[in-house]
Amino acid sequence: MTQLFFEQLLNGLQLGMFLFLVSAGLTLVFGFMNIINLAHGSLFMIGAYAVAVLTNLTGSFFVGLILSFPVVAAFALVIELLIIRPLYHRDHLDQVLATFGLILFFNEGVSIVFGRTPLFLNVPEALSGAIQITETFSYPLYRITIIAVGLMVAAILWFIIVKTRTGMRIRAGTTNPEMIRALGVNIQALNTTIFVVGALFAGLAGGLSGPLTSVEVGMGENLLILSFVCIVIGGIGSIRGALLGALTVGLVDTLGRAFLPDLLGQFLDPATANGIGAALSSMSVYLLMIIVLIFKPTGLFPVARAA
Amino acid sequence: MKLKTLLAATALSALASVSFAQDAVKIGMITTLSGPAGYLGTDVRDGFLLAIEEEGGTLGGVPVEVIVEDDGLKPENGRAIAERFLERDEVEIMTGVIFSNIAPVVAPLTLRAGRFYISPNSGPSQFAGKACHENYFVASWQNDTLHESAGIAASNLGYKNAYILAPNYQAGKDALAGFKRFFTGDIVEETYTQLGQTDYAAEIAKIRAAQPEMVFQFLPGGMGINFMKQYDQAGLRDEIPLVLAAPSADINILRAVGASMLGVQNTSHWNHDLDNPANIAFVASFEETYGRSPTVYASQGYDTARLISSALRATGGAVTADMDGFRAALRAADFEAVRGPFAFNTNNHPIQNWYSREVVEIDGEFRNRTTGIIVENHADAYVGECKM
Repeated sequence: MTQLFFEQLLNGLQLGMFLFLVSAGLTLVFGFMNIINLAHGSLFMIGAYAVAVLTNLTGSFFVGLILSFPVVAAFALVIELLIIRPLYHRDHLDQVLATFGLILFFNEGVSIVFGRTPLFLNVPEALSGAIQITETFSYPLYRITIIAVGLMVAAILWFIIVKTRTGMRIRAGTTNPEMIRALGVNIQALNTTIFVVGALFAGLAGGLSGPLTSVEVGMGENLLILSFVCIVIGGIGSIRGALLGALTVGLVDTLGRAFLPDLLGQFLDPATANGIGAALSSMSVYLLMIIVLIFKPTGLFPVARAA
Repeated sequence: MKLKTLLAATALSALASVSFAQDAVKIGMITTLSGPAGYLGTDVRDGFLLAIEEEGGTLGGVPVEVIVEDDGLKPENGRAIAERFLERDEVEIMTGVIFSNIAPVVAPLTLRAGRFYISPNSGPSQFAGKACHENYFVASWQNDTLHESAGIAASNLGYKNAYILAPNYQAGKDALAGFKRFFTGDIVEETYTQLGQTDYAAEIAKIRAAQPEMVFQFLPGGMGINFMKQYDQAGLRDEIPLVLAAPSADINILRAVGASMLGVQNTSHWNHDLDNPANIAFVASFEETYGRSPTVYASQGYDTARLISSALRATGGAVTADMDGFRAALRAADFEAVRGPFAFNTNNHPIQNWYSREVVEIDGEFRNRTTGIIVENHADAYVGECKM
């Protein structure tokens, strides 16, 4: 039992890390640029497709993953220049409409180019198999890799935001965009950079998810909703918030799915417990969000904002 | 290959409009062409149009005009298209519906308008039982039978207990009920997952802890691909075998999942290697026309068109002009189905064989190989409730 609990904890941690990769870019773009980018899920999909195609071309997942970065960056650059830039000073509804249009555009585009059959992408040989943690317990190496990559990205982001001059500007821009422009910082260039970096995280997450999930049209959309939950719980614009929000969501979701039906089974008959458990566990994440919003409307780690 | 497919599609659509001749029987096809599940409708359509092409733009010597529209997997779209087809285009036969949440919208509209409804895929339980109708036909299967056959196969393979899981929605619940109806072993645990779930680590950990003899899952489309990849990753494929139903193991899924599906047992009413003349000709003709292998959905689209063809030939092209005649001709099912023996039960649902299949690797490609017949002339469980 303790071993199962530990395994589910690890599963939750892994899902959280994965959600963090998706949320990091979303929170950066939302927090700093004040742009709601629904097309973040499309960038996730583009990343996955790029990795799948390049992996099948080059025969190596790692080469495919690295070569996918310039592809995703190019898409992000074009999206930023053509679509996002004119929307900075429009209200959120316009941004939602435009980026929702992008979702439809990319979904149809991908199905025209690749068809509707999901692409093949498997775990690379070097990362397949499991690591023996205790004598009776092993955990898939690839999932551990995702945890490691998540931690690495968190560390890099922390370093950039807290220790570098660019990071200082990003923080300043999140707090008071007018002032930073008045001080002569080229906010346009900074915006583009942040958008592309955010897209790269989404693409990386998409590429990494390819071997575990179906590389198909619209694959990013379910995750997009979950990552919005993560950044709302964590506090919009805060990387630390995104990390903790994602970990919380990952753990609550996994542990809910794993143990709620059994827990309810203690005092309900199995069929009812199963039904209610399944319903409750799919709601658990959203219930959590409601509770957080009631007690801390700006999220757990709000970014200070000028009025 | 792409170009060839494109040309073939253009030729077919040209053909569909050429057959605009005066007495053309109008067939409305409401199907799912967009989104992740779009390949189901695409294959039903292509199989259907192939049969028409083979007969030189006719079905049973009667010119036909097929109008195809995409429902986008949304019941409200299905309703709007159905109303247009019935009122403006005056289609006499409605077909194409893939999903069981669209059928309950389109079928009653069609039947109320006094036209024929012939399903190439979805066969929800209500229309097989209490809500059955003399002008409602299913040329594919009643939904439950897909999973009943998996339950029978699992019992035949000697499994004493099973862990079963499906998404938490109507078709998922029906699937588990269908599996349990004929499975003689015990159910270790029944798990309902979220619709559209991507990560199955929690469920897989529970399966590992429960140590069942086998696992049955009905996770259609992308969900199944996610599950299979992660199940293999967790090292369980060799430890705890799976028995699946046809929708979880079509050729597109095998291609996307790859070696992780190798050796998986599954059941279907059709397979590309079924040894009957109609099927051999169909597979060759489909591959030549479209440059890809047919899925089970393509075979269903083809069989549906061949069924309509046999009925049109019998009535000389009369559909709504001779309702009783056309209905009787459909019921006779006087055609060579690519799936083998085929007959209609009293509720207008098929009585047919179910085959066991195993995923094997042939020349670097993953395909299903038919390993035997699980159950012959299988009828659905609701036929008794149908008073017609």
